Amino acid sequence: MKRVVYSGIEGRSLGYWGLMGVLGLFILMAAGSFFFMEHSGHHATGMDNQIVWGIPHVFAIFLIVAASGALNVASISSVFNQKIYKPLARMSAILALTLLAGGLAVLVLDLGRADRLVVAMTSYNFKSIFAWNIYLYTGFFVIVLTYLWTMFDPAMHKYTRTAGTAAFLWRLALTTGTGSIFGFLSARQGYDAAVMAPMFIIMSFAFGKAIFMILLIGTYRYTERSMSADLIMRLKNLFGVFVAAVLYFTVVFHITNLYAAEHSGFERFILIEGGIFTMLFWGVQVFLGGIVPLILIYHSAFSHNYRALIVASVLVILGGIAQVYGIVIGGQAYPLVLFPGKEVSSSFNDGVISSYTPSLPEVLLGLGGVALAIALFLFAIKVLRLVPDNLNAEHTENSSDVPC
Amino acid sequence: MSQKQKMDLNSAEHNAQVVDTARRRFLGQAAGATAVIAPGITLMTIANAEASSEGASSAKRWGMLIDTNRCEEGCKDCVIACQQENGWGIGSTDESLSNSRQKAQWIRTVTVRDTDTGHTNQLPMMCQHCEHPPCVDVCPTGASMKRADGIVLVDKHICIGCRYCMMACPYKARSFIHESMHDQKSHAPRGKGTVESCTMCVHRVDRGDQPACVESCDKGAMMFGDLNDPNSEISKKLATVSSTQIRADLGTSPGVRYSGI
Amino acid sequence: MVLSKKLKQRVGILAVVFTALMGFGSAALSDNHERAIGANAGDACVKDTSWMRRNHMELLKHDRDRTLRQGIRSVEGSIKGCVDCHANKDEQGHFISVNAEGEFCSGCHSYTAVSLDCFECHATKPDTQSTTARTAK
Repeated sequence: MKRVVYSGIEGRSLGYWGLMGVLGLFILMAAGSFFFMEHSGHHATGMDNQIVWGIPHVFAIFLIVAASGALNVASISSVFNQKIYKPLARMSAILALTLLAGGLAVLVLDLGRADRLVVAMTSYNFKSIFAWNIYLYTGFFVIVLTYLWTMFDPAMHKYTRTAGTAAFLWRLALTTGTGSIFGFLSARQGYDAAVMAPMFIIMSFAFGKAIFMILLIGTYRYTERSMSADLIMRLKNLFGVFVAAVLYFTVVFHITNLYAAEHSGFERFILIEGGIFTMLFWGVQVFLGGIVPLILIYHSAFSHNYRALIVASVLVILGGIAQVYGIVIGGQAYPLVLFPGKEVSSSFNDGVISSYTPSLPEVLLGLGGVALAIALFLFAIKVLRLVPDNLNAEHTENSSDVPC
Repeated sequence: MSQKQKMDLNSAEHNAQVVDTARRRFLGQAAGATAVIAPGITLMTIANAEASSEGASSAKRWGMLIDTNRCEEGCKDCVIACQQENGWGIGSTDESLSNSRQKAQWIRTVTVRDTDTGHTNQLPMMCQHCEHPPCVDVCPTGASMKRADGIVLVDKHICIGCRYCMMACPYKARSFIHESMHDQKSHAPRGKGTVESCTMCVHRVDRGDQPACVESCDKGAMMFGDLNDPNSEISKKLATVSSTQIRADLGTSPGVRYSGI
Repeated sequence: MVLSKKLKQRVGILAVVFTALMGFGSAALSDNHERAIGANAGDACVKDTSWMRRNHMELLKHDRDRTLRQGIRSVEGSIKGCVDCHANKDEQGHFISVNAEGEFCSGCHSYTAVSLDCFECHATKPDTQSTTARTAK
C-alpha cells in the first residue's frame, strides 16, 4: 500500500505555454466578439426572431452539461466508494468547476443585456426553471468547492463522503434543470418531452467523461507520469456504458415522438428531411458520436490502445455538440404549430422551416467558452495539488489512506 | 459661482421667458400628494381617485374577439395601424440594420389553409394575452408579466434579453430587438437587447380608448372589451357565437378569441 | 448661493458628485443655460430643483413600476414628462434628443460618468405633432 502524492504540474514547458497561448488567443477573440456583439446588437449574429438561441447556447449548454458529468469520477469514488477512482477525484471536481465557468460565461455574454446581469441575481421569478438554474449553478460552485476542501484538508477528510454525496445529488438536480429548460417548452414540437431531463443526465455522463479522459491521458502523457492499464480499462468500460446509454435515450426519445402522431412532422424533419439537421443527427451524433466510439471502446483490436480511446473521446464530444445543436437549433427551426392540421403562412415565417447560419463572432464566443474552461483547468492543475504523481496499480488498488 | 447661478432653474430671468403649459400638463399628471420628510425620503399618497389613477384592476379582463369571416384577405389595416401607433415596421427609421427575419412584428396577418379542403382564412395574430402565459412562467427575472387586468407586458427595465419567453410562446408573438433604437414613440419604449410584443395598446386602454388595431379595422372584424363584464359588447357576442382559442390544448386560456375558424 | 452652502457641508463622495453636477454646464453650455433646461420647461420641476438633482432617479424608478405593472398613470415621476419639458429645439425648430451631447440629461450624466440607461428604450424627444394628433383621435 502506497500513499498517493498529489502535486501540481510543472507548467513551464514550451508545450504548456504554447497551449495556454493558443487558448488565451481564443479567449481574447471571444472577448472581442462579445464587445462587438454587445455594441452592435444581435443583428450582427445569425440569430433572429425565429432562431432566438444560436451557437453560443449550443456551446454553453454543452459545457454546462459536460460540467456535471465531469464530476462523475469523483462521485463514483466518494458516493459508491470505488477506491480505484479516488486519486482522480480532485481533478474530476476541478474540471467540473472550470467547465461550468466556461459554459456560464458564454451563456451570460450572449444575453441581450449582459450589462444587466446583476438583475438576474437580484430579481427572481421562482416559477422560472431559468431562475432555479441560477441557484443550481451557483450552488454547484459552492458545494464542489466545499467537496474539494474536504479532500485537500486532512482535518476535513471525514466529511468527504458527505460532501461528495451532496455534490452528486446536486449535479443530478443541475442537469435535470438544464434538460427541463427544454422539456418544459410544451409549445414546441421538438422539446415537449419529459425524457429530456434524464436524457440530459446521461448526456452529461458521456460528454463530461470524454473531456475528462482526454485531459487525464493528456496530462499524464505530457508530464510523463505513469498510470496503470487497469485504471484506464475501467475508465474506458464505464465510458462505453455512458456512450451506449446516450444512444439508448436518443432512440427512446425519437420512438416515443414517432408514436405520437402529433410529433410525426418534427420527427420526419429531424430524421429524414431536415438537411443539415438530418445529416448531423445520423452522421455526426449517431454514427461518429455513438457507433464509432463504441467500436473503438469495445472492439478487441483497440483494447489497449490509448490513441483509440482519445479518438473515441473526441468523437463523443463532436457527437455531443451535434446532439445539442440538433436539440437547440433543430427544435427552433421546426415551425410552431398554430393550427394543428392546417397550413399557415405569414410575413413572420409562420409555417416555414427556418435556417440558421452562425456568424463568426458567435462561433468565436462559443469556442472562447471552451478555451476558458480548458485554460482554467490547466492553470488549476499547475497551481494546486490536484494530479496524483503516479497512478500505478499499487496506488490505486490499495489507496486506503486516500479520503473516500 | 456664476455657473451655479445659471443652473438655478428658479431664476426670475428664466421665468419670464418660458411657457408654462408644459409644467401645468406635467403637474396635472402628478395627482399624488407628496410630503418630503427628509431629503431623499418621500411619502407619496394617491390623493386623486380618478379612474386612471387606480390602475389596472383584476375586476376587468381585457380581451378581443376576432371575426375571421370579416377579415379580408390582403387587408393589413390593423398591422399598419399598430406600426404607426407603436413605432415599428414601416414608418419607423429604426431596425435598418436588422434583416427581415430579425425585424420585430407585433402583429401580423396569418393565412390559414385547410390542407384537406383548400379553404383559406386570414386572421391577425399577435400576443394572445393568456390567462396562464408561458412567457411569464419561464422569465427568470419577472420582466415578463401580466397586469391585473390580463394584459401581458415586458418590463424592459429588468429584461436581460435571455429570450426564453420567445422559446416558450406558442404564438410566436414576441420579437427581440437586434440593434440600437432611436425613433421610439414616447408611449412605446423599445430598446436593443430586450424582448417586446403587442401591449394591447395599454397606453390607450388606460385612458379609455381601444387598441389601435381594433380602431383601424373598418370591416368590423375586431372587437375589444372586458371579458369579465357579462354586459360588455364582447361578452354578449361571445355568448352567442362559437369562438376558438388558438392552441386551446395548451391550456393558456388566451384573452384573444377567434370566431369563424 | 443656498445650494453652494449646502454643498460645502457635504463630504466624501457625495460632495464630489454634487460638485460635478453643479459644474455640468460649464463645458458646452455655460453661455446658454436656457438651452440646457429645455424648450418647454416651466418655472419649476415637479419637485424642488435641488431635490430633483439628487433624487430624480429614485422618483422615476418608483413610479415606473407603478405605471408599468399596476397601470397607475397619474404619477409624478414620468420620464415622458422629463423629455416633454427638457428637450431643446435646434435653429430649425426640431427637437434635439435629451441624451445628445451636452443636452439636459447627458450633460450631467456624462460629466459625472453615470450611465444613462433610460434612453436605450425610451423616446428622447417629445412625440411629434402628427403622432399626438393621431393618438388623440
